[in-house]
Amino acid sequence: MAHQTPLYADHVANDARIVEFGGWDMPLQYASALAEHHAVRRSCGIFDVSHMTVVDLSGPDSLRFLMRLLANDPGKLKMAGQGLYSCMLNDAGGVVDDLIVYRLGDNLYRIIINAATRVQDLGWMARVADRDDVVIRHRDDFLMIAVQGPAARQLAAPLLAAELQAPALALRPFECVRHDHVFVARTGYTGEDGFEIVLPIEPGIALWRALAAAGAVRCGLGARDTLRLEAALNLYGQDMDAGTSPLVSGLAWTVAFEPADREFRGRAALEKQIADGVTEKLTGLVLEDRGIMRHGQRVITAAGEGSITSGGFSPTMERSIALARLPVAATGSCEVDIRGVLRKARIVKPPFVRHGRVLVADAPVGK
Amino acid sequence: MTQVPQNLKYTDDHEWVRAEADGSVVVGITDHAQHALGELVYVELPDAGRKVARGDAMAVVESTKAASDVYAPLAGEVIEGNPALASQPELVNTDPYGEGWLLRLRPDDAAALAGLKDSAAYSQLLAAEG
Repeated sequence: MAHQTPLYADHVANDARIVEFGGWDMPLQYASALAEHHAVRRSCGIFDVSHMTVVDLSGPDSLRFLMRLLANDPGKLKMAGQGLYSCMLNDAGGVVDDLIVYRLGDNLYRIIINAATRVQDLGWMARVADRDDVVIRHRDDFLMIAVQGPAARQLAAPLLAAELQAPALALRPFECVRHDHVFVARTGYTGEDGFEIVLPIEPGIALWRALAAAGAVRCGLGARDTLRLEAALNLYGQDMDAGTSPLVSGLAWTVAFEPADREFRGRAALEKQIADGVTEKLTGLVLEDRGIMRHGQRVITAAGEGSITSGGFSPTMERSIALARLPVAATGSCEVDIRGVLRKARIVKPPFVRHGRVLVADAPVGK
Repeated sequence: MTQVPQNLKYTDDHEWVRAEADGSVVVGITDHAQHALGELVYVELPDAGRKVARGDAMAVVESTKAASDVYAPLAGEVIEGNPALASQPELVNTDPYGEGWLLRLRPDDAAALAGLKDSAAYSQLLAAEG
């Protein structure tokens, strides 16, 4: 039996098509995944992301623990209200999960991790914590809503408590503010501006309904996936996992080797990978022939073969795009084996779309 | 409520078949199938002249989420694919029994059509699948 979020009844009442994802019954789409996608690119959409895992850290060794846990440097969080994207790595340098960590106060941090990886993540954190004086508390008393799109912040702010409205609108990307158990961060997983809001269940249900009543379009996991693929935001389990390093997953920028004396888990393995030479990269593909690229398909380049980690249809570009793990030297044209037929594609630097605009050079729009 | 027109024949795999006056048949996917797949963004059709056996995967319909095979309801030769679907795959969603037809076949054996389900039997299948 899959878990249901507190908004499940609202999803069903609004004709959501429900699928299981990471052990949760979640809306795949309501009336139209394509319309939901466009709503986020053009105005505002809302996503129930309560399946994601919220973990609060407290105790005198919280920072010390994060210094060892994270591949990015939590020392960058100079003050309360700042957030940081990071991976946590195993000792082979593989990605245990990706997350955002926020500094809420002195020795007080909030980590938001994926749904499907909850059990392994909490187990790994407990192991890394060892004898540190840190309390790792999984918060299942919250609901989490993503409000995304160019109109999202202006639409959502008036629906927050009066004390939160101005501070929420003043947030810069990756910053957060908290008031009376309501947490607002200027983050998301769509390539658009917006907020992710974590709050108690009853006011959360009320906020969800108020956002919908104010004109935000309810969006499901289908639109979430096409939006994040256009924005080239990795999906854990598909674009990277415990067997792949951030260095071959387009995430080298999230690894902080400075300060040089910070001994984070996985560091030695990554340094060895760099010394031995990194041979693969995660990059973008645009299909020039007709068809749709999908996860697992083989890619043939002049520099050798690779494979697609995430592929699909871009509603904004109206053609197929993909993330693929390829030899580092691969550039220019390549071929993708789509059900036995070799189709022409072009290797591009992701992202494909951000803030409503196509960023891929010379992308011919149309079919 | 899903539509099941009475003048068509059906397969267990949710294809429909319509007999034409010239002995050819037109093939598509049912209203139930298009709804289950979600919005289609790409349709791959076989070339004219291709011979297919009954049950062969002969076309692919792709939604934002996944690719699904369409199987030949009868043995025969492909006469043509629906040219409109190259630029408007969504016709399969909006008009599955009309503008959203997939292809025309010349069956090897016209009598084989009688072996397919009629609308009543297909409606029962849908009811049984819940």
